[in-house]
Amino acid sequence: MAIRSRERSLASLFADHGTGIFLSVVFIAPIVWAVLSTFKPPMEARQPPLPPWPTTGFSVQNYVTLDTFGDGLWHAAQNSIYVAVMSVLLTVLISVFAGYGFSRFHFPFKNAFFLMILATIMIPFQSILTPIFLILTTFKLQNTLTGLVLVYVTLQLPFSIFMMRNAFDAVPKEIEEAARIDGAKSVALLARIMLPLVWPGVVTVAIFAFLNSWNEFLAALVLMTDQSKFTLPIMMTAVQSGRFGAVDWGAVQAGVTVMMIPCLVLFLLLQRFYIRGLTAGAVK
Amino acid sequence: MSTLSAKAAGTQAANSKAASTDPAATTPAIRGTRHRRVDRSQWVGYLYIAPAIALVIVFFVVPLGMTAWMSLHNWPLMGTHSFIGLDNYIAITKDVRFWRALNFTFYYTVIVTIAIFAVAFPLALFVERPRPMVGAYRTAFFMPVVVGFASASLLWAWLLNVDAGLFSPAAYQLGLTDKKVNLLATFNPAFWSIIVMVVWKVAGFTMVILMTGLQSIPGELMEAAKIDGANAWQRFRSITLPLMRRTLALALILSVAGSILAFDQFYIILRGGPRNSTLTAVYWIFNQSFVSFKLGYGAALSMVLLVILVVLSLVQLRLLRNPEGM
Repeated sequence: MAIRSRERSLASLFADHGTGIFLSVVFIAPIVWAVLSTFKPPMEARQPPLPPWPTTGFSVQNYVTLDTFGDGLWHAAQNSIYVAVMSVLLTVLISVFAGYGFSRFHFPFKNAFFLMILATIMIPFQSILTPIFLILTTFKLQNTLTGLVLVYVTLQLPFSIFMMRNAFDAVPKEIEEAARIDGAKSVALLARIMLPLVWPGVVTVAIFAFLNSWNEFLAALVLMTDQSKFTLPIMMTAVQSGRFGAVDWGAVQAGVTVMMIPCLVLFLLLQRFYIRGLTAGAVK
Repeated sequence: MSTLSAKAAGTQAANSKAASTDPAATTPAIRGTRHRRVDRSQWVGYLYIAPAIALVIVFFVVPLGMTAWMSLHNWPLMGTHSFIGLDNYIAITKDVRFWRALNFTFYYTVIVTIAIFAVAFPLALFVERPRPMVGAYRTAFFMPVVVGFASASLLWAWLLNVDAGLFSPAAYQLGLTDKKVNLLATFNPAFWSIIVMVVWKVAGFTMVILMTGLQSIPGELMEAAKIDGANAWQRFRSITLPLMRRTLALALILSVAGSILAFDQFYIILRGGPRNSTLTAVYWIFNQSFVSFKLGYGAALSMVLLVILVVLSLVQLRLLRNPEGM
């Protein structure tokens, strides 16, 4: 009897983890398939990826080829890095200040302003792209990466400010008051005393800002019409659409790999903070 | 007034070293001036929120007003624009291709949302119970979520390609089809390919949302039901589902709102084809505004989409606010 129940629990254990491993493979397979296939020599990369790994020798030619389209992969990657890093820095800076302001000060129309920022979540940015384009033109920011950064930061603000205000709300007022009595000025107090206490919130805000600006497609497609300003998704879509001649699938997957790896690495390293941000909305 | 003032004074006393050393602090007159000073010191708050407010106004509130304004104009990219009243909106009512796009968008939204839930709910149940390895599975299921929609679309455009891709050649080599079938050439295979790709990309996201809902259900409740003899299905129906109402509503709304705004995958993988049968609402607005450069008409179309989304958001707020309602 005991043996049979142990057998049964062993069987269910196998079924459980068998399912888990099978499903994990299904979800990861397309990513692995793409990454492996980029190391095939160009001739082989034109064939169906069966098997996915290189069979006629290892090669990085696909990455080299990609750098010859238009202004090249490296140029688009630089644009993407600039846009993503600037978006992260500005989003963090602006949302930390705003979160602190909304959490710690009492001034007229505070709630109205807070609601205004949150309400922008309801409006799809897809529907206001044309005026955004015209406004950027007015400020002479059309076709500039800076213009794109400002748009991305604005799109991140509702979520980020919400996160940061909650983070500051969770810090006991006494800590701040003690520091104030010791003579710390507002901004110094924010930077030295408060920032370390809300650090997890900052990391969460930064991850979302990075992933969203790194991956964003439609706004970049509409606002960046000059090829030298293409970010990676726009550049790779141009390659895939045959804009630079016959579609080179090996090169396209090389570009996809370059786009995916930073996201995956960042997620695997900082998963805790990412999930925290995701569930913050769900729990509220 | 007096309580307000006292409260403000209290804050002041706690905040400022000067207050505690000021011997005149107790006289009413000085307390009055101090009250005003308190308020003014609080106004520093405006400086902290100013950059955020400026950005939101310049890149959100003003464009919103401009969209409404432009929708009442004939507004080409070059040249002058002219006021035409509601003509754009009247044109929309006759724009068969827009209604077809909207129709397709709703069709896609319904199908993809059902598909996402059908996959994400079992996944959530699977990863919810704490046990060895479950963290690794969760991470694996979630990985496609952090890959951007554009990257995922480019990846699947390749996998779905008839010559250099994976699915058609694999099916052919395994003898499942007698020639390589172009999955993207006709509506149904193309549409369902997109559904599979989106489910692969998004299911992990919905899974995590649903998982937080499942984890918030008290374990004792399940135990009590088990002791009372409720079977797994009864427990699911009478405990899990009702207690997850808010979470389900949230996951549902996120999925619906995201799907109505779908663009990337249809643009990158299908270019709206075959024969314009997979043009979504956003795609049509994109075509009108940035391919045909009918900015005024595009703005009017945007307003229609915007109203749909705002109504949806308001319904969402209702669903989330009062759990007893409906």
